Amino acid sequence: MGSSFFEKASSVATVAGFGFYMAAFGLLGVLPWLMTDKIAPVQSGRQFEQRFLPAQVPLDFRGHYKDLAAYRDGLYLGKKVYIAEGCWHCHTQYVRPVGNEAARYGPVSENWEYQNEMNLPQLFGTRRVGPDLIREYNKHSTDWHIAHFRNPTDVVPESVMPSYDWFFNSDGSLNDRGWAIVAYVQWLGSWRELPANKKEQG
Amino acid sequence: MTVQSTSPTAMPSDDVVNVTRVRWWLGAAFFWLFAAMLAGLIYSSQYLRMYVFPGIEYLSPGRVRVTHTSGVAFGFLVTSTLGLMEYVIPKLTQRPVLNQKVGWFAFFAWQAILVATVVGYLGFGQMQAIEWGETPVWIDPIVMVALVIVTANNILGPIFQHATKSGKGLYVSLWYFIAAFVWTGVNYFVGNFFPEYWVPGSAGASLTSMYIHDLVGLYVTPVGWGLMYYLVPVVLKKPVFSHNVSLLGFWALAFLYPLNGAHHYLHSPIPMWVQAMSVLASVGVHLVVYTVIYNFWQTLRQGGTDSYTKLPLRWFVAGAVSYLLTCMQCALHVTFTVQEHVHFTDWVVGHAHFVMFGTFSFFVFGFTVYLWPRVCGRTTWHSETANHYAFWLMAVGNLTMWLVLMIAGLIQGQSWKGLEPFTKSVTSSAPYWLARTFTGIAIFVGFSLMFWNMIQTARSREEAEYDPRTIPSPSPA
Repeated sequence: MGSSFFEKASSVATVAGFGFYMAAFGLLGVLPWLMTDKIAPVQSGRQFEQRFLPAQVPLDFRGHYKDLAAYRDGLYLGKKVYIAEGCWHCHTQYVRPVGNEAARYGPVSENWEYQNEMNLPQLFGTRRVGPDLIREYNKHSTDWHIAHFRNPTDVVPESVMPSYDWFFNSDGSLNDRGWAIVAYVQWLGSWRELPANKKEQG
Repeated sequence: MTVQSTSPTAMPSDDVVNVTRVRWWLGAAFFWLFAAMLAGLIYSSQYLRMYVFPGIEYLSPGRVRVTHTSGVAFGFLVTSTLGLMEYVIPKLTQRPVLNQKVGWFAFFAWQAILVATVVGYLGFGQMQAIEWGETPVWIDPIVMVALVIVTANNILGPIFQHATKSGKGLYVSLWYFIAAFVWTGVNYFVGNFFPEYWVPGSAGASLTSMYIHDLVGLYVTPVGWGLMYYLVPVVLKKPVFSHNVSLLGFWALAFLYPLNGAHHYLHSPIPMWVQAMSVLASVGVHLVVYTVIYNFWQTLRQGGTDSYTKLPLRWFVAGAVSYLLTCMQCALHVTFTVQEHVHFTDWVVGHAHFVMFGTFSFFVFGFTVYLWPRVCGRTTWHSETANHYAFWLMAVGNLTMWLVLMIAGLIQGQSWKGLEPFTKSVTSSAPYWLARTFTGIAIFVGFSLMFWNMIQTARSREEAEYDPRTIPSPSPA
């Protein structure tokens, strides 16, 4: 038994190592990938704009973003800032069908909402030091968000969120990163209001 | 079953081990853990609303947090285990790494990668939104290359040469090492590139969860146990209890562990059968854990009181107890029912600390207590007392942190489910977050004591009692 199949370097490397991992990759990666794409194809380009962007730049952001293309670039930058500052370590982006979450946050998350390039990589998150953000659209005013990023405890006295002074110019107005993160957070969940998506919602 | 395959055998000579490089790997690893623990402490002060560096972009809590987690995972656990494997693999195979120059290159390349990662996080806000994989995207391909080099040169190279020559079955530690590096090579690629560039949404989340879980489950776990399968028999001078139980433990882990991932996103839009499969596989893993723990318990019984009087073994026993508790905790909270209450809470944070610190860092500490004086050419540490204080500070700190965070997690989960205002879950957590910081201080002080002791031991190398290249070999069981 000194050289049984189960003790050999070759079987450990190929079967236990590569084989079992690839089996798991198929089950946890490839199959869900095919399935979700079948339920709701990944939206990019024109379809992404129709399904996930408003018809016009939202009123609050017209001062900073001249047209829809600029607003869209802002959303991308906002997502970058959201990742870079580690927002996703303390805020999640999905509502579960349990724990009274629909009552607290809004509709339970569905697959089609995440099938677009803004979810590369996805930002589901695993910890809620602060609340979930996927239904943040229109929950607070844009002014509230600006004050909140400047100093969270001014608007939520119990908050443990840090302030983000580097989202602001020296005169106290938002800089590019600041506008971008506010636009991004105010965009989260807005797609549920678009006419193109009404039929998707069960 | 042969005697050779149940116990690490004595080597005729220790020339095969590059002692200098083992010392460098370990020294670097302990430096990284010192930095990572400091980052963790600083981060925890944000929860007390007494952040140490308020308003400084480059030291903001979000960026310091990833310095803590990456510092622990890549800076400490990967660096230290690579060093310990540079000792264990040559010992078991009687072969040095394929090429010493490449070995040094791998060491310095890995340190450069770690420094670049921290600079990327803090200085440039470059972070990848993959948990445990936050390493900036431009560094990922370099990590892949370094991983391939170190796998070929340090791990698979010598092991396969040895396997080809001896033609016998390998010692259990080597199965774990081979599999860990095959898994991690593929896993790093899958986890860092697929969700980032090709797979969005819930399928991307499924792959991300697989990566999160497998970095711990398919690198840290197998490498940690592989090291203990070497160290425990050597210190006890007794063979591992049962070769067949070792086989069962390894193969069952290899089959079940990769399927666990999706349990990190339960009740999410990920297809339900994937979530259910991961829950079943996770409960299965918890049964596998019993086989490994049983094997070690029976091995330790042969040594009598050695298992708690000898410090390396005491670290190991503490780590194994943490492992058992953490796996029992996992089998409980991995179910859909319990996830409803504890997901997104500090319960999970406690669980993560108990695994990465309470189990596998303890294993590394135990091995370091055994090995460090030896690679410094001494028979004893600078201070045995300091090592005992370090043990108790870290062991008590670890257990208390786990308990505190579990209670905090339950409170947060119930507060949310009870539809209290969200801020109520924050204010209710405040006393627990304060307690958590104090447990962190205990751990940090304990670790600093051990780190200081290491430096003192290394500095008195000129009083060396023997040439470190001729470390007394462990005797055969």
